[in-house]
This record gives sequence, C-alpha cells and structure tokens, in this order.
Amino acid sequence: MSKTPNWQKWIDHRLPIFSFIKKDLKTYPTPKNLNYLWNFGSLAGLTLVVMMLTGIFLAMHYDPSEQYAFQSIEHIMRDVNYGWLLRYIHMNGASMFFIIIYIHMLRGLYYGSYKNPRELLWILGVIIYLLMMLTAFLGYVLPWGQMSYWGATVITSMFSAIPLIGDTIVSWIWGGFTVSNPTLNRFFVLHYLFPFLIVGCVLLHLVALHVHKSNNPAGIDLRKQDMLPFHPFYTIKDLLGLGIYIIVFAFFVFFAPNFFGEPINYEPANPLVTPEHIVPEWYFLPFYAILRSVPDKLGGVILMLGAVFILFIVPWLDTHPVRSATYRPIYKWAFWLLITDLFVLCWVGANPPKGIFILIGQFATAFYFFFFLVLMPILSKFENPLSVPRTLDDIKKRKLPFFSIIFYLILFTSFSSIANHETQPSLPKLNWSFDGPFGTFDRAQLQRGFQVYKEVCSACHSLENIYYRDLSALGYSKKEIKAFALETTVKDGPNDEGEMFDIPGRPSDKFFFPYLNENAARAANNGAFPPNLSLIVKARLYGTDYVYGLLTGYCNAPKGIEVPEGMSYNTYFRGHLLSMPPPLITGAVTFSDGMPATVDQMSRDVAAFLTWAAEPEMEVRKQMGIKVIIFTMILTILFFFAMRRIWARMKE
Amino acid sequence: MSNKKSTRRDFLIITTSAVGTVGVGAFMWPFIDSMNPSKDVLAGATTEVHLAPIQLGQSITAVWQGKPIFIRHRTPEEIKSAKDVPISNLIDPQTDAERVIKPQWLIVVGICTHLGCIPAGQKPGENRGPYNGWFCPCHGSAYDTAGRIRTGPAPKNLLVPHYTFLEDTVIRIGKEV
Repeated sequence: MSKTPNWQKWIDHRLPIFSFIKKDLKTYPTPKNLNYLWNFGSLAGLTLVVMMLTGIFLAMHYDPSEQYAFQSIEHIMRDVNYGWLLRYIHMNGASMFFIIIYIHMLRGLYYGSYKNPRELLWILGVIIYLLMMLTAFLGYVLPWGQMSYWGATVITSMFSAIPLIGDTIVSWIWGGFTVSNPTLNRFFVLHYLFPFLIVGCVLLHLVALHVHKSNNPAGIDLRKQDMLPFHPFYTIKDLLGLGIYIIVFAFFVFFAPNFFGEPINYEPANPLVTPEHIVPEWYFLPFYAILRSVPDKLGGVILMLGAVFILFIVPWLDTHPVRSATYRPIYKWAFWLLITDLFVLCWVGANPPKGIFILIGQFATAFYFFFFLVLMPILSKFENPLSVPRTLDDIKKRKLPFFSIIFYLILFTSFSSIANHETQPSLPKLNWSFDGPFGTFDRAQLQRGFQVYKEVCSACHSLENIYYRDLSALGYSKKEIKAFALETTVKDGPNDEGEMFDIPGRPSDKFFFPYLNENAARAANNGAFPPNLSLIVKARLYGTDYVYGLLTGYCNAPKGIEVPEGMSYNTYFRGHLLSMPPPLITGAVTFSDGMPATVDQMSRDVAAFLTWAAEPEMEVRKQMGIKVIIFTMILTILFFFAMRRIWARMKE
Repeated sequence: MSNKKSTRRDFLIITTSAVGTVGVGAFMWPFIDSMNPSKDVLAGATTEVHLAPIQLGQSITAVWQGKPIFIRHRTPEEIKSAKDVPISNLIDPQTDAERVIKPQWLIVVGICTHLGCIPAGQKPGENRGPYNGWFCPCHGSAYDTAGRIRTGPAPKNLLVPHYTFLEDTVIRIGKEV
C-alpha cells in the first residue's frame, strides 16, 4: 500500500473528500452475487449526465420563441458544428433513459428492493421518475413541431378537469389563452431547471442506498464475507455494461435517429390544425391508455395519475417477508403478467381509441390496479414461499438469467410493432442508394433531382432551410453554385433613403421563396399552401418512398368518389384528394446526363434530392456511426477481459 | 499469484484505460466544436463595400463580422503626413505602404488595440487626436492618418482586415470560405 501524500491528508482533514471517495466509491461493500440487472442504476446516472451535457450545449443554440424555435432546431441540425449529433444524442437519450429506468424499476419490483429497510430509497426513486416524466414532457414541446404543440395542449388541458378552478389553472400554466409564446418560454426554463432537481434527488437516492447497501438477487441480508469492494469489481462490471449500452445507443443515434420520434413533429406547430392521430412518446403510452380507458374526463385523469402515484405505496402493499420473486412462485407469475399488461397498455395507447382497443384497454387498466391493490396485499398474506437460502453458500448453481433474457427479447421486439402503427395504403418500397448503414447518396441522382426541383417544384414549393452554399454537397463547384444563386434576387436594405432594394443572390443566401407570403401562396394554389419541402421526407413515414409514391400515385378516382373542381385523386395522399395537379409530365426537364426524363425517373430523382435536403448530415452521420460502434466494440471487448481478470481475483 | 499473470493483467488494464481515455477525449470534441462559429456565421463572413460615394477627406464606418470598419478616403496631405513619419518613432513600426493597397483608401478595423473601445474621429467635429487620425476616449490612445498607434497605452496599430478590390471602387472585406 502506498502512503497517503501529505497534501491529501491536509485537505482531507478539512474537507473529507478523499475519505468519502474511499468509503463510498472504492471500498463500498457490494453484494458479490449481483446480476447484470444491477447495472442499470449506474447506466441511468450516466445517461442523466449525458442528457445534461448535450442539453446545455443545445441550449446555447436554441431559441425558445414561437417564431424561431422550430427554425433554431434546424439551425442546430444543419449549421452548428456537430449540432445534429448533440441533438440526436439528446433526443434518443430521452428514450434510452426511460428504457434504463423502466428496467431499473422493474428489477426493484421483481427482487423486492423496496422492502424494509429500503422504503425511502424506493420513494426517492419514484420521485426521480416523476421528475423525469415532467422533464421529458417539457423537452418534447421545445422543437415546436406539430406533435410538440398538440402534445402540450392535450397534456396541459388535463388540468381543466379539476372542478371549479380547472380553467384558471390551465391559463395560468399557459400564460395565455392557448399554448403560445409564454408557454414555450417557461417550458424551456423549467426543462433546464428540472434536471438539477433530479440530480439532487439522485444524490439523496444514493445516500439512502449507501446506508443499507444494495439488495441482491437472493433478497437476503448478506454476511460481511459475501460483500466485495465496489472498486474494482463493480466499476469494471458497470463499465462492461456501459460499453454494451453505448453500442445500442449509438445504433439509434447514427442509424435510426428518428426511430422513437413521430414524423409529424418535423412539421412546424400549427395552432389551427391538429394532426389526425396524436400519440405521446412511447414511454407515456401505458398511462395514455389508462387515461383513455375511462369515458369520463376527471375520472380518466385521476386514474392515470393514480397509476403513477400508486408506486409510492408499493412498500406497504407488498409486505411479504420474502424479498426476491425467485422464492415466490405466485408473485413471480403475477409479475410477468404485469409486464405483459404494460406492453398491452403500450399497444393500446399507440392505437386509435376505436372498437376492440377500448375494451382491451379497460381490461388492461383493470389488471394494472388489480395487481397493485389486490394481488400484492393478498399474496403478502397467503403466499407460501419456496425455501429461502440463509446465506449465499446455500445457493449451489448459478441460475441462468432466464427471465431477464425473455424480458429483453419482449422489450425489443415490441418496440417495432408499437412504432409503425400508421395504416395507409402501403407505399411502394424502392431501393435507394442511401439505404442501410453503408448507403451513400448518388451525386448524379441528386443533381438530377435538384434540376427537377428547380425547374418544376420550385414554381410553388419553397426549400426554406437550404442555402445555395449547401449545394456543394451535391458535387457542384463554387462557380456553379454562384451561378445558381445569381438566378434569383434577394431583398436587401433599407438604403439611406429607407427603401428596400433587390440585390443578386449569393451562395450564403437561402433558397428563394416563390411567394410574397403565405396568403399569396394560397391565393395562387386553390387555397392550399404548398409546404416547405426541406423536411418533407422526415415529416412523413418512409418519407422518400412517400414522395415517390405521391408523385407517381395520381390516377382516376374509383367509382363513387367525386373529385371536386381543381383537385386530383392520388392513391397515397391522406384522404386521397389533393390540390396539387400531377406536377410531372414526361420530358418536363432535359437531363444533361442523358437520363430519359420519364415521370418515374424524375420522381425517383427528386425524392432522393429531397431526402438529402431533409438529412444533409446523413452520410457523415453513418460514417461516424460505423467508427463509433467499431471503437466501442473494441473497448467493450477490453472491458470484458479486464473484468475476467479482476473477478478471477475473487476466487483466489 | 505468479508474476507472469500480474504483468498480463497490468498490461490489459493499462490498454483498457488508455483506449477508454481516448474515447472520452473523442466524445468531448463535438461539444467543444459546437461552440465554434457555425456554418451560417462563417458563410456570412465577408462584406462588400462600394467606395465611390465616399468624398475626399470623408470617413465611413462599414460593418464586417459585427465589427466597425473605418474606411477613410485620405487627402494627399494625410497620405503625405503618414508617409513622412520616421519608422523609428513608432510604437508598432510599419510603413504606410504596408497598411494600404491603394494609398487613398485607408481601411482598418475600428477597435482600439488597448481594450476594445471604438476610437473617435469618424464624424466631422469629433476629436481626431494630436495625430489627426483617431483618438480613443477610454484611455487616450492616439492614432495617426495611417491608423498607427502614436501615443497612449495601446500596444498595436489598428488592425488592417483582409480585403480585396473586386472592381476599381468595390472591395470585399474578409476571406471567402
């Protein structure tokens, strides 16, 4: 053992940080039989740190105003160095955080980690969970997309269910008569504040944990010789878990960054139009399903809040003397039924409240409360446990973590079924050069697509988020880009006389907006507003295929459907009737590379171009993703071997 | 425990720590770089100025990257007085020719090199200081007709930005990205 240097002693005598590190991080006694489910506490802590870091850096570029919030997010995605990376980490981090926390909570529920003497530890955890839900909700409002806006409206409107003062409270929360600028501003401030409250609660959670130490899979109180120093045994085990976690996290960030999100949130908030199908983020779905299962406004809200708050009294609902479900055959099955029930609730919450879903939702809601209010207390009294080992030496074989494996499997497979719920005529699935983790854009195709946009689409549609300078990514030279910019004029001024004047466009200018304002655009287009196409591919499910499908999907209306004057019938448009006449006709443009300008070809090319316009970072993102994942895999393998070496010491 | 085993472990642990440290370092870079000027800021990093309307002896202030740019259409006397100063008398020795492209146009960043105030002397009637250039009101630095520091606490001459003549009387300030 090396001697403690004098300066350390000097500091420690006055401020005992070194003894704290030693006592609570290094020699801190940890049960030697913890399984990998015990990794999720430290993972949650690290996720919190990552969320706060990315959040602080994002806040440096974000503008919490009705007018600029949406644009500032696009500014982050397109112009800020690594802005897309920070945002995608933050966005997916929210989902990862909830996955981690749900596993962490369910682990506690399975192994009875809330039982005497850890009741306050559990309650602090539930408080953290509540704060997390609040923070996540507030954060989801900030991009100010359609789902942000309407999510905020629906959730805040729940307070109007309060008798007598409900409406007053709602307008107090809004700071206005609808969700509007004051609402956004305060939501931003609170979204920034709450994580610090979470940090405070996490510290208390840890203080409470370190009094009686971790529970363990056997659920029994352990002897001194069954404990290991936290460092290096559990630091390395936590690091191994972290490595695997980063690989999963990175997969979403780099290769499926919008997997957990709703496409419609890439449309700017519109206070006059609610999207057809509004759903909360996946982590709220069970509660959303409970809310909707009650046909009464106040009743629904009460039941939904009850579903969360019931967690506070779990330590007094389940008073069975045996902690771990391993030795409670009936509770174990009840637990897995609860898990199934939660997934059913998720599935119901993701679907529109129609027909059979209402009934299933009501059954699932009933079981949720039945589990906590009836099963838990009854089993506490009458369940006969298996024989519980007195010490760890009595456990002979290490059991395979059978249940956790099934648990993970259910978790991951269900996500995909929950995520893609939209039911529309199925889109043609084309092969694109940029599909898959190694796909890249075909520059020739992008240039053709840009030509189609410039010569056809741009007559009505803007591409507001693109600058001429961005075209260098399509393979154009500086000179060509200057020439494109010069084709347009930009308003400048005022000059010394106070008048506005036109100047020729420059590469640093944004793409030309074809109309004076929205009303002028509507007047010219039969009352419909041709949307900004910069984000259309992200704002639709399977966006690239959707654009292609829409452009090639014009046909005669089936019998019995009347197409009003000035509208057209389209297979893939929602509701089938749209104001845009078929925009492409064979030979509408002449491609310089000799590609025949068929409707099919032009549609493909412009769909590819618009994919680039929506995700200009895609190639860089995927390339970085491959590097990050390879690097993390190497690191994880190193962690694995390091862990084997370190844990070999225990047996000596 | 055998010696061989413990060396292997040490090597493994050291490698793992090193790779982990590299990872943490690499993770930090995007955060740091996100605070650098973004692409749209960099793209707007140049300014074009038309010099034709500026009368002989007149000064205008243009804005480049948010900073004031002093553009003075110098009279022959001003050019002469700037050229006649012996270099050895200067705090930050530079000839007049090193500071201009065309002698009649003096173009400098209008920020005092002492602590960042904007020197007076642009408008007629403002105190141009003892050397007929600019005079900083904050701590009394005086600049001459070539924008060079002559007296006062400022250590450097007024900065000459990068600029090019696009036409006879049109300049672009800043480097094109």
